[in-house]
Amino acid sequence: MLLFDFVQGVGAYTIVMANSCGQVSLFLFQVIFTLVTSKLKVHKLFEQMRMIGVDSLSIILLTGAFSGGVLALQSYIGFKRFGAEEFIGPVVALSLIRELGPVLTGLMVTGRAGSSIAAELGTMQITEQIDALKTLCINVPQFLMVPRVLGATIILPFLSLFSMICGIVGGYCVCVYVLHLNGEQYISGIRTFVEMSDINGGLIKSAVFGLIFSWIGCYKGFYTSGGAKGVGIATTQSVVTSSIMILIANYFLTAFLF
Amino acid sequence: MIELKDVKKRFSDNGPWITDGVNLTIPTGQMTCIIGKSGEGKSVLLKQIIGLIKPTSGEILIDGVDITTLKTAKEEEQVFRKVGYVFQFAALLDSLNVFENIGLPLLEKGVPKDEVLPIVKEKLELVDLNPNDTLEKYPSELSGGMRKRVGLARTLVTNPKIVLYDEPTTGLDPITTHIIHELITSMQKKLNLTSVVISHDLEIFKYADNVALLCDRKIQYVGPAKTVWESDNPYVYQFIRGLTNGPIKTEMDPQI
Repeated sequence: MLLFDFVQGVGAYTIVMANSCGQVSLFLFQVIFTLVTSKLKVHKLFEQMRMIGVDSLSIILLTGAFSGGVLALQSYIGFKRFGAEEFIGPVVALSLIRELGPVLTGLMVTGRAGSSIAAELGTMQITEQIDALKTLCINVPQFLMVPRVLGATIILPFLSLFSMICGIVGGYCVCVYVLHLNGEQYISGIRTFVEMSDINGGLIKSAVFGLIFSWIGCYKGFYTSGGAKGVGIATTQSVVTSSIMILIANYFLTAFLF
Repeated sequence: MIELKDVKKRFSDNGPWITDGVNLTIPTGQMTCIIGKSGEGKSVLLKQIIGLIKPTSGEILIDGVDITTLKTAKEEEQVFRKVGYVFQFAALLDSLNVFENIGLPLLEKGVPKDEVLPIVKEKLELVDLNPNDTLEKYPSELSGGMRKRVGLARTLVTNPKIVLYDEPTTGLDPITTHIIHELITSMQKKLNLTSVVISHDLEIFKYADNVALLCDRKIQYVGPAKTVWESDNPYVYQFIRGLTNGPIKTEMDPQI
């Protein structure tokens, strides 16, 4: 009987998970379909790019700068043992451009803007604002989802780029002013070892991460129920799900792109 | 005319029925008030009329068109353009000011702002609000009564023929309630609307043409509002007098 209950439980859970996966995929399909078939509201797109991108810039710059600095410090400890300090620059730059820049930007913006998207749409849902849009015959995906998803997908590579630059500058500052290494060596190492394909790969990753957090944020917000508690749950789930999906997608993108 | 034929609704396959065979005819150009206990499914019924919730079975006909069989968004838009919905708490968009809230359906269609402005002003005046004082305000800066009026003005901007009101006076003081009732009546007469009002406020009987009572998942009474106090229908007799004894189960009832 216990085994029967267990199998039944696994089956029920599988059905629920399959339903959720189907629903979340259809949601993205609906957003893409609306983007392709209806007129893009450019002013709304720019507004979202400002809210997601420009408003997140300060935390991205800080995160990038300190990540670059700590990478330089850690690399120095290791490389000093082999007398390979000239490789600190390329290691810092490559780590930031290929991995840390896009991933940290994705996670930080998920925490700031992804949660905000889920909370905003969730509040709109529970206060019947989304129902009001429907009764006014307004295309809800075009009005709410497309600007957020497209805006995040476009703006995240730019944020990531700023993060990479700030990280490299942060690493430079640590090397030159803290570790008293040769700054020219740091820069020439980067010039020698970093290729355009590394930067392109990092930026493509960022765009995918932007798509993931905005898609999940919109989905969780749109399907919020249960009052203020429901908004809290949707916001938390949006951040947790997006962060996990970003880390998983990062692995597959790294395997595919580089 | 709106006709509901054997409308049944439940939210899951094994869940309880919210409505179980509702039959109701709402005449054109009149105000019909739907009353009933809290949690009886009045709002669910109203949301089914505007297509926000799909009924599990049954037919809902608006001017002869069964809205439960509409397939495409275009078909739905053609029918629902005729219908406006005033939400219980107005459901104004927090991020938009009064002008943007009221003009939203037109602005989204691509109508230029300078053409939308006179229409918004006209609708604000229609609901007795001064455009110069309110246009730039955000919903958080408005009182409860003003929010309801702005919600009504937003509904009127698409020139609907049918307006559905979901508890339009909930949370308002008696004076504002009276003003909102007067406003609903004057709107209906000026614009020759068909109005469906869900209300717990018995003052609405003074203004409504018909009253329908939803109880035990069905319409138990339909009749003229003027004679509702004289009705001997046991459901309506108990409900409007607020009696605990009668066919309507109360929260004190052990069966609930």
